[in-house]
Amino acid sequence: MDLIFEGIKKAFLLLVTLDREVLGITFLSLKVSGLATIISVLIGVSTGTVIALNAFPGKRIVVSLVNTGMGLPPVVVGLFVTIFLWRNGPFGFLGILYTPLAIIIAQAIIATPIVMGITVAAMQQLPKKLRLQILALGATRLQMVWMLIKEARLSLLAAIMAGFGGVISEIGASIMVGGNIKGYSRVLTTATVMETSRGNFDVAIALSIILLLLAYFINLILTHIQQKERPR
Amino acid sequence: MKKITHSFIAFIALVLASSVLFVPSVYAQQKNIILATTTSTQDSGLLDVLIPVFEKKTGYFVKTIAVGSGQAMAMGQKGEADVLLVHSPAAEIKFVADGYGINRRLIMHNDFVVVGPAADPAKIKGIKSAAEAFKKIAAEQGLFLSRGDNSGTHAKEKSIWKASGVKYEDEKWYQQTGLGMGQTLNVASEKRAYTLTDRGTYLALKKRLDLDILVEGDAILLNIYHVIEVNPAKFPKVNIPGGKAFADFMVSKETQGIIKTFGVDKFGSPLFFPDAGKKVEDLGK
Amino acid sequence: MNQTMPILEAKNLSVERAGTTLLDVPHLDVEDGEVLSLIGPNGAGKTTLLVTLCHLFKYFSGTILFKGRQVGNGLSAGQYRQKIAMVFQEPLLFNTTVFENVAAGLRFRKAPRLEIEEAVKENLERFGIGHLADRSARTLSGGEAQRTSLARAFAVKPDMLFLDEPFSSLDPPTRESLINDLEKILDGSGTTTIFATHDRIEALRLSDRIAVMNKGRILQVGAPDDVMNHPADEFVASFVGVETILKGKVIERRMGIVMVSVSGREIAVIGEHDIGDSITLCIRPENVTLSINPSKTPTSARNTFPGTIERIVPMGLFQKVELDCGFPLVAYVTHDSVGELSLCEGADVAASLKATAIHVVKK
Repeated sequence: MDLIFEGIKKAFLLLVTLDREVLGITFLSLKVSGLATIISVLIGVSTGTVIALNAFPGKRIVVSLVNTGMGLPPVVVGLFVTIFLWRNGPFGFLGILYTPLAIIIAQAIIATPIVMGITVAAMQQLPKKLRLQILALGATRLQMVWMLIKEARLSLLAAIMAGFGGVISEIGASIMVGGNIKGYSRVLTTATVMETSRGNFDVAIALSIILLLLAYFINLILTHIQQKERPR
Repeated sequence: MKKITHSFIAFIALVLASSVLFVPSVYAQQKNIILATTTSTQDSGLLDVLIPVFEKKTGYFVKTIAVGSGQAMAMGQKGEADVLLVHSPAAEIKFVADGYGINRRLIMHNDFVVVGPAADPAKIKGIKSAAEAFKKIAAEQGLFLSRGDNSGTHAKEKSIWKASGVKYEDEKWYQQTGLGMGQTLNVASEKRAYTLTDRGTYLALKKRLDLDILVEGDAILLNIYHVIEVNPAKFPKVNIPGGKAFADFMVSKETQGIIKTFGVDKFGSPLFFPDAGKKVEDLGK
Repeated sequence: MNQTMPILEAKNLSVERAGTTLLDVPHLDVEDGEVLSLIGPNGAGKTTLLVTLCHLFKYFSGTILFKGRQVGNGLSAGQYRQKIAMVFQEPLLFNTTVFENVAAGLRFRKAPRLEIEEAVKENLERFGIGHLADRSARTLSGGEAQRTSLARAFAVKPDMLFLDEPFSSLDPPTRESLINDLEKILDGSGTTTIFATHDRIEALRLSDRIAVMNKGRILQVGAPDDVMNHPADEFVASFVGVETILKGKVIERRMGIVMVSVSGREIAVIGEHDIGDSITLCIRPENVTLSINPSKTPTSARNTFPGTIERIVPMGLFQKVELDCGFPLVAYVTHDSVGELSLCEGADVAASLKATAIHVVKK
């Protein structure tokens, strides 16, 4: 118990004294996972919408593949991204292994099926005739799709939350493709593991608390928007 | 709603713009060095001190990938690292002989120690020979934790078992964690088990551990760190000057001086002993 | 240009799905300014026809001409859809305010802000929902929601309006007041409208012409009177409210009147059929009059048949009386008449019908 109190004390201390390393790690986590989430939203929502709105042969297989992808283990993604980004791998010429960019890519790969799967479900839940109604009001195809996305926005917010929650707390891929390099690619989860192995449990607890608070506040904001939108 | 949409779009634009900040790292890769090293150099905090000095001096950016010595050399074998800082001499010699590495140079040493619970159920405290102590642990079936990760420590542990001549694999009292040194020490402390550790990591973690040093000082327990440049002849993408610069930095007088005093303020004694220029045969004497 | 050119002309429309024909309409014209009702039972293809006419359905063959220009060739589907509007059975409102819902069509057209505000206000007032402008569409009652949906369609000032059973999911009083309002608005605006319904009363009230559909085909198009009194076939007849449909054979013919044998009785009808022809007679229940004693109440009716009352079913303003006159016959009688004639089940009565009130469908 002492350890936990000490951890909380340390977390408080690190936060109020604006410890530069901790702040840097926190901002990097936010930035990396935020960007990965945005990329996954751009890809996941657009592709998910296309899948949901079109009938094509093999649609069922595609949807079940996407749903399987929602549970993609981060370490598996990490391993494959590492292999692809190796200097002597197919994308080695990019030279981005062990960079924050590599973490963003891996996390985007993890989050995209999550966002896509929820998007497909959300879009399919909309009334079928809604599309016809929008077109019948003179919308272009693009305006129609945008309108449908707006109609599904509450579910899509849930998709964003799920995607972000999945990647900010993910460690397997981050440590493999990012390398946990101090001041460069060290994020909250990898730092927590390293501090634990160094025996700095108080710092590790402090980092965990920051991670929890971060995840909580992001979700609080999104939930707030969602609840405000919900009909009374 | 419109406001939310607008601010959301603005937010996306802002984040995308800030992502451009990551791009320079792609173009500046000639300034990047990948250092594959053992966990003990990172967990002890030594690299946190040395690398900023190196970066400031040379302008290189070091990406430290802390893994076991075995994995570090595997990275070198694939040309995925530029320079290695490792402590698994037998494997290192083979690595260089096979043409994957060049210019293997002695940097420093400390020593391994056998640690275990103060109660010492296998009664090994005071035994001079590590091999004898291992034999006793096996005989008494005292719980022993191995890293099991092909690290330098793991390699050393296996060589001691070999010297002791006892059967240890697949025994109930012999367990592998598959974790780094720090983690393995934590587990050993919790499970009241024996384990082999480098002194540096042990000292760094000591205040949190319920483990005492039981066996030390045996010649076989010497823990020697070498720096190896990855052979550019085999991998054209390897950063040759960068790797060489780091290796040169490690043997430089200034660095050796830092190593000599590292940890003294915190633990009362140094964690590593600088050895640049010496011969392996002369160590520990 | 031809002044009497129809605003919408459809040729050879056909929709097939999985081997079954959902729609087969060789020809349909809609005149500028008219209200055309599509009536038919559920599943008759009314919605499919509307959706196809709006060019919302990818999988159809045939051509649609709007003001003489072919949609999809000269006039793009997008341009065409900006000139029309459709309202569905469900309100299908967007999850935003009532104001924004009504504004949606104009926003798609990128109309200037002031124009949008004006049009939205005008149409909210038109449908009596001005006070709901800032309400979330999700909080509306069924009637309010359908009003919003109609206002949304009218806000784009469409050249043509397609309504797909917009009242069918509303309760009777709500429905009544909305039909009243729509009737007035359509009269005032003169918007060309195609209006699908399975309720012939709605169709009669609102439309200039009626088209009866079944199984993807249009069976008859014509003025309401025409369709009601001269159904083209038995299906149309039964759907437009003909309760008695009798099959018989022509046995006598003189001076424009033929005598038809039905189950051994003779019925006189107006017609030029040949002796031996098999024909079908359609008799609307409101054209049958009942009396207790035929000799005491002379009528101009040529056909009078004694019969027994089998069943009396209340039908709102009327009582529906089912008779057995050797052939089944249905009559509508007012509540007052039921009392005056003291009609009851099992009673013997005389049923009279004018020869001119019997519609003949050739077999």
